[in-house]
Amino acid sequence: MHVPDGYLDGPTSLACAAVAAAGVAVSLRGSRRELDERSAPLAGLVAAFIFAVQMLNFPVAAGTSGHLLGGTLAAVLIGPWTGVLCVSVVLIVQALFFADGGVSALGVNVVNMSLVTVVVGWGVFALVRAVLPRTRGSVVVGSVLGAALSVPAAAVVFTGLYAVGGTADISTGTVLAQMVGLHVLIGLGEALITGLTVSSVLATRPDLVHGARHLAGRTLDIRTPETALAA
Amino acid sequence: MSAPVDTVDPRPEAPPAGRSKRTAGFLLAGLLVALVLAGGVSHYASSEPDGLNKVAIDKGLDQHEKDSATAGSPLADYGVEGVESERLSGGLAGVIGVVVTFTLAGGVAYVATARRRRAAPPR
Repeated sequence: MHVPDGYLDGPTSLACAAVAAAGVAVSLRGSRRELDERSAPLAGLVAAFIFAVQMLNFPVAAGTSGHLLGGTLAAVLIGPWTGVLCVSVVLIVQALFFADGGVSALGVNVVNMSLVTVVVGWGVFALVRAVLPRTRGSVVVGSVLGAALSVPAAAVVFTGLYAVGGTADISTGTVLAQMVGLHVLIGLGEALITGLTVSSVLATRPDLVHGARHLAGRTLDIRTPETALAA
Repeated sequence: MSAPVDTVDPRPEAPPAGRSKRTAGFLLAGLLVALVLAGGVSHYASSEPDGLNKVAIDKGLDQHEKDSATAGSPLADYGVEGVESERLSGGLAGVIGVVVTFTLAGGVAYVATARRRRAAPPR
């Protein structure tokens, strides 16, 4: 979903750049609560993994492919603030080194693919986690639902931006229908990859999954029939 | 009397010995997976336009598209300039991307925690 240069006009691109910069700055502050110097390399790994998987376009419909965006995955693995930083770094590297996504559109891409996917993905995840039982399975379900919804959400936001500052005169309804239709399908791929990755890390190092921290200490929870009933 | 499962997650203050070694192993394994995906598996990825590009082509969103300012980059479009083999060129670009992304994001995360380290030096 990398927006090239020239799709959106200057003012819209500039406004997005300002929002993106503010979002990254706030996330830098927030990430201090999620990270310590030992976990900093893990943030590097999350970003590197997302970069790699973004190269793996999968077919979704006739003549169309999609790839992971990664906001939900990053937020669940390393925390939402650090997740924004990770996906933003991926987008910056792609724009500057690989000419993937425009340079003047970098703000647009950070807003769409980093801020929106993390906010929606983590929001849905947190909601599901609060409602479902405190198990690893619930963490996976939350990740899958968050991922599935985050992609169409990014498509809707792009459509909104195009309605405001698109450089070609195309009906917003047409763009919305096409964008959401395809990105619901791409969201299924996002959900699958996110679910598989979160499950794998939960199976090997559950202590490294930020979204499963509330389960920490569970193994030390000694239950007699009485306490189990009470809990 | 309910069991105290709802305690606030405490930041691990002093990880048990061996934990950091295991984390280093996890890190290396994860990086290896990323390198294999970007360096090898990416060759088999779909080359059809992605969702946005498809809509852009079909509906004309791309009428005023401009070349990226970095279109002349030696790594533009996930290939290494001057490497003939498509498989090698794409794989090498992927490997470079993984290394650069890991370094940059890890560095940003490290710097983000620097102020806290200054405020509360490690015991």
